[in-house]
Order: sequence, then structure tokens, then C-alpha cells
Amino acid sequence: MTMSMLDRLRRRRIRRSARREAGARPERDAGGRGDAPLRPGRGSADPAAGRRPEWSEYAFGDRMATVEFRVQDEPHIVVDTAACQACPGQPCVTACPADLFTPTADGGIVFNHEQCFECGLCRLVCEGAGGDAITWSYPRGGHGVVLRWS
Amino acid sequence: MTRFDVVVVGAGPAGSAAALTAAQAGASVLLLERGPFPGAKNVHGGVIYGRVLDDLVPRWWEQAPIQRWVTRRSLMMATGAQALSVDYRNGAWAEPPYNGAIAYRSEFDSWLAGVAERAGARLVCSTTATALLRGPDGSVRGVRTDREGGEVEAGVVIACDGANSLLAREAGLRPSGSAEDFALGAKEVLALPRDEIDRRFGLTGREGAAMEVLGCTADVPASAFLHTALDTVSVGVLVPAADLARSRIRPEELIAEVKAHPAIAPYLRGAELKEYAAHLVPDGSRAVLPRLAGPGILVCGDAAGLVLTAGPWLEGVNFAIGSGIAAGEAAAAAVRAGDTGAAALAGYRSRLESSFVLGDLHRFRDVPHLMRSERMRRYPRLACDAAERLLTVDNPRPKPGVTTVLREVAAAHGARMRDLARDGWQLLRSFG
Repeated sequence: MTMSMLDRLRRRRIRRSARREAGARPERDAGGRGDAPLRPGRGSADPAAGRRPEWSEYAFGDRMATVEFRVQDEPHIVVDTAACQACPGQPCVTACPADLFTPTADGGIVFNHEQCFECGLCRLVCEGAGGDAITWSYPRGGHGVVLRWS
Repeated sequence: MTRFDVVVVGAGPAGSAAALTAAQAGASVLLLERGPFPGAKNVHGGVIYGRVLDDLVPRWWEQAPIQRWVTRRSLMMATGAQALSVDYRNGAWAEPPYNGAIAYRSEFDSWLAGVAERAGARLVCSTTATALLRGPDGSVRGVRTDREGGEVEAGVVIACDGANSLLAREAGLRPSGSAEDFALGAKEVLALPRDEIDRRFGLTGREGAAMEVLGCTADVPASAFLHTALDTVSVGVLVPAADLARSRIRPEELIAEVKAHPAIAPYLRGAELKEYAAHLVPDGSRAVLPRLAGPGILVCGDAAGLVLTAGPWLEGVNFAIGSGIAAGEAAAAAVRAGDTGAAALAGYRSRLESSFVLGDLHRFRDVPHLMRSERMRRYPRLACDAAERLLTVDNPRPKPGVTTVLREVAAAHGARMRDLARDGWQLLRSFG
């Protein structure tokens, strides 16, 4: 898969997550930690709908931009996208808290390791679905997620 | 090759407690941490029960970086639009010896690792242990790290490498792990001015609030939590991994559902997102390793599945510290005796069995499963509906009796009075 295809997929995912969250803010650079905390925008939620957020939720890129990642070049998790094509449910796509698994047009999965929480959920749900597509390890020492307020 | 009596992998609460205990007992100790500082990879619900530290670090509360002391503990049962709370307050909990402490893991874990360092343990950060070194008989003799020439020999390796414990897996002590045995914890840390938090939660000084919420996520058996630090509130969900995968709901959508609940939203209005985080949590007694020790290796804390997730109790840090202390003692004793074989290290398990660590986990072993069952999950809704019937005054109709209300509400939820009695009895029994 070429870089430009990866980029297109990534952009599509960003648009998708922006659409998903009503009143989304403009995407900020998701590579680093934001300078200031995020202030939620005023929501466009319909009050008649009853139980809706009173403010709009954050665009996913903004949410991830609150977290520091010391990215290492080579991925610490490798996904065998050919194996994913045979997976009916692809539970990793919705379960990953960092939304790093993106379905491709040919039924496979593209995985981006850069904003990984290193939680290990993808491996569990993959094996739970009878799969064996994920080779999971930790990043090198000093790399990966750095949490400060959790 | 460098050699230490004890090599501890992971400077979380389990690892630092193990390193501190072993160092105090005279062992040479190396404490490895893969993050740039202890706590960088760690997430918790928010509350630390610190009494387990009383002997290890006398008057720990005077030096530990604690944000607030829990003086308000509430359990909320909720439906989409209703909430029924048990709200307990105790001002005495704001004084020594305290009860629950609210802290950031980056600060707390760094502090405890520092205590271990001052006791003589050598802390090395930014170093991932990638594999175990084995002797000719298969016993664990050290670890390989990702530093150049980074092999370290050890009398005993103590694996405190978290919920995924790759080392315990490599040692054959832990099966690969199944989604049924873990939950995902996902949380947001939200910034609010300190006086605003005091006002909204009814707190003063260093008082803090810890709330657990059952039933407020419609389609998944998630529990939610809300904790106050000085100028942040953390809000999050704990959701069984298998249920999350089946539901196809995204973790942050569950948090959004919690935050939007009419009984919770007023606490968080206008707050700003400071950090989003997620972590795996061993989910109750099913996740406890059948074997906690092998030749040359002990497993502690999350790595061994030692987390209590039983109804109102969500405790991990104290179990990590408790197991770390027992492992540090067992390892130092084995090194002193010159025998670090499996039999010599078996004392670790008996230490845990006679302490709260395996005591509590054994006592409440049926609770996590029971609380997630379809049968029990209807009770938050049932309780809210019963409260609504009892508290709604629709004169000129006269009030119904309590028994009538219970019978009607139970019937509306597909249960009979005898089901309520049976479930109540089972709940009581499983809580010991």
C-alpha cells in the first residue's frame, strides 16, 4: 500500500469522525499535545431529543491531541491485513479507544500505531473473534504514550 | 553481565512496593520502567486506598502527592432520565489515617518509585524488558532489555508489567488472555476551577468526592465513575471487553453518554478536556492467575490479575501495593536463603492468601460476574422506577403501599416478588 493511499484513508477517517460528532471543531494537528485544554463548542443538539449532550462532543482528533505520544518510527503492533479480510465482525474497528483501525475498500484493515494507548484491547478482541491478525508488543523504552493527568 | 538480587519490571505501585520492600530487606534491587517516568503509562479510576502503606512508609500521607481525600462516596443507580443515589459523607476521612486518596498516577507512581530509590533500589526508566533470560533448567535468571548490551541477571524477577504482562505470559504463568477476563477503562480528565468543583460537589479544603454509577449506559453493562482532583474531575467508564466488542459502541461514546446524563451533566458543565486515556483492567476474580510464582519469577498487581471490581468497590492500586510488598519479602527471603526455586518462592502465594489481596478477591469472587448478569442489570432501572412510583404524588389518588409498588414495578420488569427475594439473597451471599 502506498503512502498516498494511507494518507487518503487517514483523511477519510478524520472526515468520518468529524461528521460523527455534531458541531465538530476544525481538526488540529493530532501529532502533539495541545497548548491549552479544549473548550467544548456549543452543541447543536435538539433539546426535544431529550437525552443529548448539552455541548457538542470533541472531534476525535482534538480528543487525541490532548495526549502526548513520543512516536517511534517502526510500529510496535503489526496487523496482518490479509487475515482481516476474512474477519466478519472486525471488532477492533469500534473497540479501539484511539480509533486506530480503519477498514479498507478491499475488506482489510489499515492500522496506524502512532497514537496508541498500548492498552492491548485490540489483541483481545481479535482473538475473541477467532482471529490471529495482531502481533502485539510494547514500544521501545521511553517511546509511546505519556500520560500526566490520569 | 550486570547482576542484581532482585529485578523488578514495571515501576507502578506493585513494582515500587516490591522494590522498596526488597531493598529494605537488604537485597540489591533494579527497578525497570518502560515509560520516561513512573506513571507515564498508567491509568486508574482515581482513588488510592493507602492504608496498605502504613507499615512500609510511615506517615506516607505527609509526603505522597495527594490531590484530595475522599470524604464523599456515592453510588448512583441510573436510567436514561432518572437517578437514585446512596450518598455517604464522612468528614473524619479528611484527617489521618484517611481512607481514599485522589491522585494523579504520574505523580503518585513517581513518588513511590522515589521512595524505593531512597531505600537503595536502582530505578532505570525508558527501558522495556523484552524477554526473560533462562537457566539451563528453564528457571528464570534475568531479563533482556531494549538497551544496548541490556541483559541483566537476577536472583528473582518480579513481573509487575501490567494487565498485558508479556513476561508472565512468556514464563508460562498466564494464558494468552481472553476478552472475557478484561475490561476497558476509558476516561476523560476535565479541567474546572477548584472553587467551582468545591461548590458543585459540596466540598471544602482538600475534601474529595468519588462516585460510582450503575445503569446509565443503555446498551452495555458498563459502570461509570466520577472523581474530583483539586482542579480537575475525571469521568470514565469500565466496560467488559467482550461486551464492548459485541456492542460496536465506541468507548468515547460511552463516556459521552455518561457525561450527558441529567444527574451528571451539571457537575461537568463547561469543563475543558485536559486528557483522554484508556487502559485494560483485569476484570475480577476470573482474571487472577492460577499460578503467581515460577522458578525465579513472581507476578504482582495487574500482571497477576489482582484487581477488585465488585459493585461499589473498584480497587487496584492497594492490591498492587499489597502484592508487591509480599513479593518483595518473598524474593528477599529466597535470595538470602540461596534458593530461588519455585518451592522457595511459594511463600508468596501463602502471604497473599493470608492478606486482604487474595482474601478479598476470594470472598467476592462471584460478584463481578453476578453484577454483569442480565438479571442483576435490571435492578438500577427497577430501583429508579420504584422510587418514582413512591415519590410521585398523584392526588386525588391515594398513595399505593410499598409492597404494591414493588410488585407492580417488578412485574413491569418481568420479575416476581420471589425473584427479588432470591436475587437479594444471592447478592447478600456473594458479598459475604
